[in-house]
Amino acid sequence: MRSFSVLVEVTLRPDVADPQGATIERALPALGFGEVAGVRVGKAIRLTVEAPDESSARTRVEDLCRRFLTNPVIEDAAITIGDA
Amino acid sequence: MTKVGVVVFPGSNCEHDVVEAVTLLGGEAELVWHGDRTVGDVDAVVLPGGFAHGDYLRPGAIARFSPVMEAVVEFANAGGPVVGICNGFQVLTEAGLLPGALQKNRGLKFLCTTVAVRVTSTESALTSRAQAGAVLRLPINHFEGNYTCPPDVLAQLRADDRIILRYLDNPNGSVDDIAGICSEGRNVCGLMPHPERACEIMLGSADGRPLLASILGESVLRDEGTRPPVATRRPA
Repeated sequence: MRSFSVLVEVTLRPDVADPQGATIERALPALGFGEVAGVRVGKAIRLTVEAPDESSARTRVEDLCRRFLTNPVIEDAAITIGDA
Repeated sequence: MTKVGVVVFPGSNCEHDVVEAVTLLGGEAELVWHGDRTVGDVDAVVLPGGFAHGDYLRPGAIARFSPVMEAVVEFANAGGPVVGICNGFQVLTEAGLLPGALQKNRGLKFLCTTVAVRVTSTESALTSRAQAGAVLRLPINHFEGNYTCPPDVLAQLRADDRIILRYLDNPNGSVDDIAGICSEGRNVCGLMPHPERACEIMLGSADGRPLLASILGESVLRDEGTRPPVATRRPA
């Protein structure tokens, strides 16, 4: 078994309104960052997982995301896996 | 007498309001601890408002794994009336007993006010004793009350007449002005407003009574005047 370090980024699905992201984006021109767009706010969850290989680690984390870490009705997860 | 089990999660804070309202209307209420694996011999279950498990991760995300939830699902699948109020509604969607999800309010404001909702279907465990089309003034108290669901689910809810309450003046951005829905079997209901806090004129509105009365069914007001003691199953 190997230990993998995992980063799960949970964001609202593209078709779901993100009022936090929109609010941040509206504030940007006043701060001189008018060229910044496409702001989306989510959350990052870091964890480690024991698995025989990276692909089975990914499968387990995908299951975890589907069943618990995200609400699939409104959220997507991006999973990044590295060696712990 | 109808006995209502009121589930208490760590962080629930409206359970005693529900107990008060149920006893006021002549029912019997029993608090059910979330760690129990049974709801006991109750006739209906209410998941009250609050912040179950601190609303960590997402409202209802952890509560759905509380031991009692398996019993609640079993009770619901057997046709028993289950009503989720506010945070309880969020728990029911996370548990998959009701479709859709509740996201942050449009405008990102925590809302604490009184709203008007219309009874749009009386075919549910929560609205059977309300008048179709009646406008009820009920308090709301939430940050994540913006109901959303995929277009096909919304179409199904409409086609099945499962949207039971709608806001007159949508406060939170909910799709189709949805304030409350019911399950396919019409026995599981969720709503964001708090009918239990609107059961006495002295407290601003008694419009919540027909909704509570619907949960209680036949026993309502039959035993008015007697107020049974509240049994608790919380660990000492």
